[in-house]
Amino acid sequence: MKLIEGRAWVFGDDVNTDVMAPGLYFKSPMAEMARHCLEAIDPSFAANVRPGDVVVAGRNFGVGSAREQAAMALNHLGVGAVLAVSFGRIFYRNALNFGLPALVFPAAGTVVAGDRLRVDPVAGRIENTRSGAVHAVNGIPAHLMAMVEAGGLMPWLKLRLRKENA
Amino acid sequence: MPRTLTEKILARAAGRSRVAPGEIVTCRVDLALLLDSGGPRRIWPRLKELGVGVWDPDRIVLCSDHFTPAVDAESAAILQLTRDFARQFGIRRFFDMRGIGHVLLAEQGLLEPGMFAVGGDSHSSMGGAFGCFMAGFGAIEMTGVAVTGEIWIQVPDTVRVNWSGRFGPGVVAKDIVLFLCRELGMENGGRVIEYGGETVRNLSIWERMVLTNMAAELGAETGLVEADEVTLEALRAAGREPAADALDWRSDPGAGYSASHDFAATDLPPQVAAPHSPANSGPVGSFGDVRVDQAYLGACVGAKLSDLHMAAQVLKGRHVAPGTRLLVAPASTKAMADAAADGTLATLTAAGAYLLPTGCGACAALGAGVLAENEVCISSTNRNFRGRMGANTAQVWLGSPYTVAASAVAGRIADPREFLP
Ligand code: SF4
Repeated sequence: MKLIEGRAWVFGDDVNTDVMAPGLYFKSPMAEMARHCLEAIDPSFAANVRPGDVVVAGRNFGVGSAREQAAMALNHLGVGAVLAVSFGRIFYRNALNFGLPALVFPAAGTVVAGDRLRVDPVAGRIENTRSGAVHAVNGIPAHLMAMVEAGGLMPWLKLRLRKENA
Repeated sequence: MPRTLTEKILARAAGRSRVAPGEIVTCRVDLALLLDSGGPRRIWPRLKELGVGVWDPDRIVLCSDHFTPAVDAESAAILQLTRDFARQFGIRRFFDMRGIGHVLLAEQGLLEPGMFAVGGDSHSSMGGAFGCFMAGFGAIEMTGVAVTGEIWIQVPDTVRVNWSGRFGPGVVAKDIVLFLCRELGMENGGRVIEYGGETVRNLSIWERMVLTNMAAELGAETGLVEADEVTLEALRAAGREPAADALDWRSDPGAGYSASHDFAATDLPPQVAAPHSPANSGPVGSFGDVRVDQAYLGACVGAKLSDLHMAAQVLKGRHVAPGTRLLVAPASTKAMADAAADGTLATLTAAGAYLLPTGCGACAALGAGVLAENEVCISSTNRNFRGRMGANTAQVWLGSPYTVAASAVAGRIADPREFLP
């Protein structure tokens, strides 16, 4: 998997999936929902985030509703990776299922908004090119890597079905 | 070696003699709950893309509850697609506008002790009240389940939470779980919360479901309550004869809990959670004077028949305060019918309650009853995240059905003990 490189968008603790994918836009197309992603916390986020940018958060990122649109909205906006002190369990699974690397990053608090980060999700290496700090974190677990590298659960299921039918 | 209930269920579902916390195992699914929200509309296109059908239509339960009743062309189309899906794949247990899925599983007697069940919704943990392991997953993973009948799980630790003593008047399971959101926090990933103790054993199945429902707010893998006579009675009441080994699905004495907590129910006051987190909870009355625009009695967790009964106890012979509105969305058509038959609905409507259709409704800002900018709501639902029930500036407080009803009468957040004999 290639390196992810972009600016850091920094969020606090307990950012829930309702604010990533608000219920008011549930029936709207993803492009519309993504425009409102995280707006209750940072109204400038959706308009200004760029492909490859990295979301950095505190504890329990993605707590709450199982809505997969939370991970999809971040994907839609081009977010390259999500780094958090800890994750809500369904969001963490959803992110990987969509091929969006999610890494537990205990030192997330050292990142300042706008820092440039370089992330290797397999090796578990996070480099802050502003401060020069290099952090070693747990890479994505081996049993999940096959799926993430395949591009997520759907491509992985396709591979599996093809093998079964072969 | 003694084992926790979770370890027993996961070992059985994984076809292993035993499993240990932290291990990753692949489990066979006994029952999968799909809802209109993240079910067919998200899964069907993926099944088409994969060119496959569902693994076992008889292990799928499908409910339309989030977008019910249709209020516009989009929600109508989602409900239609859900019906088409049931027909196309021969799903016999399809409940179309009959209530909220988590409550229907209980009403229909579809869960039993020892089962390994999954649901495409975070509050699927509610099913754990039946002594089964039931957890919530995203729609993409439910696609995987629909195709393969399997899912991977990292075996969680078990945290045992014991409650002793009897509740004072006006105090119920919701107060326990709001208290726990503060006490245990919302970051209990990788843990199952196993509720026990005398207080929990004395709870009805419907009240136990409140505890397991909000294991989701605790951030836990799921919540559960070991099966006992109450569980078996609930199954029989729903028309299902429990299996002979139903009561064997318990944690062994000396099982390895990662933590154990003991709390006393006797002195627990009614709790409310302030905006915008269930963990911002504290005794009702400890937050000063809070005026209320809307009191909402709704959701899987807070509008079952038992919840409507609580509200009726407070509202009998009283009226909703001027300037405040009380909205009631019963959790199922059966709860609605039973409440009509036993006079509960008459009590609520005589008190000025505004009756809404059955379904998720305003709980997730999907149906009737959403909030405007800066409005204040006291709600019997489970989440008060910013924007959850409507405008981002709306202020949602959580409380028990007793507290919601008392606040509707007072026009401000009120202690239900002042309204009960
Ligand atoms: S009532 Fe609310 S919490 Fe329950 S399933 Fe519906 S949206 Fe989720």
